[in-house]
Formats: sequence, C-alpha cells, structure tokens
Amino acid sequence: MKPFRRRRRGTVTAVFELNEAQLLVNLASQVVELLQDRNAPSESEPDPLAQMIGMTGPVLPPEDPVLARLLPDAYRDDPTEAAEFRRFTEQSLTATKVGNARVLIECLEAGGLDVGAKNVEVELDATQVMGWLRALTDIRIALAVRLGIETEEDAERLAESDDEATVAMGDVFDWLGFVQETLVQVA
Amino acid sequence: MTTPTPVETEKPESDLVVQLEDPWVTIVWNDPVNLMSYVAFVFRTYFGYTEEKANQLMLAVHEEGRAVVSSGRREEQERHVQAMHEYGLWATLERSDV
Repeated sequence: MKPFRRRRRGTVTAVFELNEAQLLVNLASQVVELLQDRNAPSESEPDPLAQMIGMTGPVLPPEDPVLARLLPDAYRDDPTEAAEFRRFTEQSLTATKVGNARVLIECLEAGGLDVGAKNVEVELDATQVMGWLRALTDIRIALAVRLGIETEEDAERLAESDDEATVAMGDVFDWLGFVQETLVQVA
Repeated sequence: MTTPTPVETEKPESDLVVQLEDPWVTIVWNDPVNLMSYVAFVFRTYFGYTEEKANQLMLAVHEEGRAVVSSGRREEQERHVQAMHEYGLWATLERSDV
C-alpha cells in the first residue's frame, strides 16, 4: 500500500495492492452483513404511525459482542433509558454504518478492484474521507472484539500468540491501524 | 361559569427552571481500538474544538479512562452520543453530578 496523501486539487489518494483491496472489501462486507442481520433494511417505506408511537427498533442490546460494541448503550446505568434511546436510534445508526462501509467498498471497486487491477487506486473527496475513517473504525472494532482485545496491552501481545491465525489477524488489525493513521494525517 | 384566574409569571423564574434542567453531559470512554489521532480528529471536526482542546480531551480519555466532552440540554447530548457512536467512539450521556 502507498499511504494516503493529499492532492493539490483537494482530494486524497492511496494505492492498494489487489489483495489488500480485496481484504478491505471482504472485511467491510462482513460488517455490513452483521449489521443487516440485526436490522434488516425495510422493503417498504417506514410506517409513520409506527414511528410516532416508537415501534421503530429493537430495545435490547445485541447479544453478539461485536454488535454490542458497534451499537452500544447510550445510558450506562439506566437500562430503561438505554432501551428507549436504542428503540429510536439504532436503525438509523445501523444505516449510517452500512452506508460508510459501502462508500469504502464502492471506492475500491471503482479504483480497479472490479476489473482485477494489480494496483487499486482510490481518490476520495471530503465526504468519502469521513465514510472511510468511520468504516475503518468499525472494521477495526469488529476485529478487535473477535480477537479479544480489551486493553492496549492485549493488542501488543497478539504478535506473541502461538496461534497462527491469531497472529495473522493481529497483523491485519495493525495494518488497518496504519491505513487509518495515514488517512487521519491528511484528513 | 368561571374565568381563569390570571397567573403572574416572571421571566427570571422560568429561566431558572431551564437552567436547572440543563445538567447533562456526554462522556467518551477509553477503548483499546481507536487511534489517538482519530479521537482528537473527531473532537475537532464534530465539536469544532481547537486542536489544543481536542488533544487535551483525547489525552484525558486515554489517561483517565473517560472525559466529559460536552454538556448542555439532554436532547443535545443525545445527539452528540449518537454522533460519537457513528464515529465508532464509545460514548454515553448522564446527568451531571454538579
């Protein structure tokens, strides 16, 4: 990967190798799938009456630990308020996160992934940068939860694991952090 | 038949009530995932804080485990918490102890 840099015309650009672009799309798609399993996009227009009386979304926090971190409680010590807040906001939060992941996927596809280019070059405007930053965050959160990272020391210890898959996933986690860092620096 | 008794209202009193209903805060909690640069970036771009204030708040989150990043009306803080969740930051709101 060639890190993100700012162009004179105001956009930011980076070049990924094909396998890196595929990895990013794969991970972003998994986040989308996970979110949509919880809050399926509705086929029809939302029912205004149902919205008015608050029958808009789930009230219980997700059981899946990744979803629980992506869609956290807004009230820490008040389950009733947390449920009420969740009922009104979780679906729109989900839609925003799905939208961010899709921005990342679409940019990589447009950058050459859909034709299997050796190098996938993305060029992002300001809105797309925000989508990418937030999508990368959600992907890193999902990976971290699956890897059992609960402290900063946990993240550092991954490289010493006896389990090859854990080491490999830890490398991906670190690499995603690098990608995001270079994007924050030019954002 | 009756007519409502005129009630005298005084502006300063209602202002006081509004003030008493104000003590809600948005708290951002430390997590092992988010980059320090990204957290400061979110505080700058979303809240419009200066680089100095954004960095101070980011370090407070990092070192103390949590920081109050905003305070005011409850509805406003709920919007901030929702926005923080969109950014992937771990945020909650609560009534201020003050």
